[in-house]
Amino acid sequence: MQVAGMSLPDYGFYILCGTAVILLLTEAVRDTTNFAQTLVFGLTQGAIFALVALGYTMVYGIIELINFAHGDVFTLSAYVGTTILGLFAVNEGSFTALNLAVLVIIFPVVMLIMGGINVAIERVAYRPLRNAPRLAPLITAIGMSFFLEGVMFLWKGPATVHFPNILPQWTTTVAGVFFGFKDIFVIVTAAILVALLAFFINRTRLGKAMRATAQDRDAAQLMGIDINRTIAATFFIGALLAGAGGIIYGLYYGTVYYQLGFRTGLIAFTAAVFGGIGNIPGAAIGGLIIGLTAAFSDIYIGGRWTQVVIFGILIGVLVFRPTGLLGMRVPEK
Amino acid sequence: MSNAAGARPSLRERLNIRQRIRDRDTAVYGVLIIVALLFPLVTIYATGGTALVSHATRAGYWVLLAIGLNVVVGFAGLLDLGYAAFFAIGAYTYALLASPQLASSPAHHAIHINFWILIFGSLLMAALFGAVLGFPTLRLRGDYLAIVTLGFGEIVPQLFYNFDQWTGGINAVGLIDQPLLPAWIQGPWSGDGDFKVVSPFNFNTDPVAYYVLVCFLIAIAVLLVTNLYRSRLGRAWMAIREDEVAAAAMGINTVTTKLLAFGIGASFSGFAGAYYAADVALVSPDNFLFIVSITVLVMVVLGGMGNITGVIVGALVMYYLVFYLIPGLPENATSLASSIGLGSLNQSSGDWPGLGEETQRLNFIIYGAILVGMMLLRPQGLLPSRVREQELKHAAVQEEEAAVEQLHAT
Repeated sequence: MQVAGMSLPDYGFYILCGTAVILLLTEAVRDTTNFAQTLVFGLTQGAIFALVALGYTMVYGIIELINFAHGDVFTLSAYVGTTILGLFAVNEGSFTALNLAVLVIIFPVVMLIMGGINVAIERVAYRPLRNAPRLAPLITAIGMSFFLEGVMFLWKGPATVHFPNILPQWTTTVAGVFFGFKDIFVIVTAAILVALLAFFINRTRLGKAMRATAQDRDAAQLMGIDINRTIAATFFIGALLAGAGGIIYGLYYGTVYYQLGFRTGLIAFTAAVFGGIGNIPGAAIGGLIIGLTAAFSDIYIGGRWTQVVIFGILIGVLVFRPTGLLGMRVPEK
Repeated sequence: MSNAAGARPSLRERLNIRQRIRDRDTAVYGVLIIVALLFPLVTIYATGGTALVSHATRAGYWVLLAIGLNVVVGFAGLLDLGYAAFFAIGAYTYALLASPQLASSPAHHAIHINFWILIFGSLLMAALFGAVLGFPTLRLRGDYLAIVTLGFGEIVPQLFYNFDQWTGGINAVGLIDQPLLPAWIQGPWSGDGDFKVVSPFNFNTDPVAYYVLVCFLIAIAVLLVTNLYRSRLGRAWMAIREDEVAAAAMGINTVTTKLLAFGIGASFSGFAGAYYAADVALVSPDNFLFIVSITVLVMVVLGGMGNITGVIVGALVMYYLVFYLIPGLPENATSLASSIGLGSLNQSSGDWPGLGEETQRLNFIIYGAILVGMMLLRPQGLLPSRVREQELKHAAVQEEEAAVEQLHAT
């Protein structure tokens, strides 16, 4: 049914969004400092969700698999990161030249390791099942998720693991809003990575191959694209981003634990759906919005309702706008 | 087999046993029924206790859940990742309406409704929620539905936490009523006198009572689901599973049909939930997390989607793995090591925490590896639906024929 060019679900979607914005604006006017503080926290959190969500959306876009193991790849990268940091005599109190050197090294090293692991996972658990019934790879994804959690459990035990904070300790207060180097670092790193990804997808040959494979695998194959290589590359890049996300998470929060990836993964997946699954800018924006939503809900509604709010939004979005924020209507394959 | 005219066919021919055994599903049902009948007798005789029977009882509600999810996933092809939510709704319906819990809630009055009535109440409640969730979302294409159900499955346990005034939140609902046999069986004659028509089952102390109850529930569920599968509705489900657009073009109302699959699947979950609440007598939101939905889904897929016997076998195998074999591994590994003279492995020394502890830590890895391995070895499940099998075979035969033709042409 169309009313003034938009369907009724569209109206519902805009009314929901409008209500949320108005409520937030009221809070912003009532207590600006508190609002701005929450905004900063939400943006940092959202940047991390965005990095994880990109991996979900890319994999889903290309092979239509909800990769449940992705959240655990994210956590594993924090575990690898803290282990590598443990090899150096990094200084947690102040920022030394060694800290800077380690910081520069650790990102590429951990990201490449995670990329390799994720490609191996794809090779072992998903590729043999590419033509199997659709639910079979979903079950192996769940199996891999348990497997990775088990590896982390075996490696460092069930307790939370300390992640050394090697960033500069600089903090400041602007108009009552407290933030530090950490917050800026997280947001800037995430933004750089997303920009690099966008460049890669839109401007390189492999990126073009990925887009083609996501659109129509058989046609892409007929055009001479090596499907296996393209899918492996997708997993590799998804894990690069999750790897960076894991280190950033560790640096920001200071602790990780082996089941962290489960909840983070579900929320990041929600973000990917929110932005329109398969849509890369959508996942980045969805991550930010979900991060903000979580932060606002923590402050204004109460932490124990956050999960209800996030998944409630997920259901609401899917009911009113199944293609997500930026998703396009795609014909069913 | 030719009989002389007028002669009665022999008993053997009338039962047609050979034919039936050749039919795989019937054979599996036969084995399951025999095992179910003998299980309590044999285990109680062999172990002298009822621990194994109560294990089997708990396996029973997983079987019920798997049968229900199979309607949604296997028959109608809708992926439901939040099935535990309906289980929770069923369990809480029974727990709140048949326990002292509501006395300490704002309602101030405990409600105690009979199990036999409430099990249908739970069923209806779960079906209602299934319909409420399904109505706006079933128009979405396949995977979006999975995501909506995932979200719902995350919300429901959290709501039971958050409304702690009513549900007790993290403190769980306890002291839930046990089922009583209907009065006409318990009657005056089953009282103190020596003469008892029915040996009274005591649900408070006797796991065998629950075992019998769950066997009945499973039998009813299997009958219902089998009939549904063969009905017009079942054929509509399969049509939708195979090709939704074509099904709609053939005049099937896809939304209603999917809604029915969703609601019926949810109602089995509510059924199992009420039974579960009565059996464990303690219901907490922790019992209905995502992992439960996933375990049931694994049971269905592993058993063979769409095939009822396969799903039952899958549920039993998975139950044995997840709740019996893997938790028991540390103890078994320790005793094995002692008995083959490697007892020193059991002591912890330095970094080595001892074999038992080490196996304990390996549990997650073992479980994950089993899931991946089983799926790689048998992606179609242990006992795949035969319709599916035929389709696959058919496709393979066609391919072969095409290849042969090509060979001739060259």
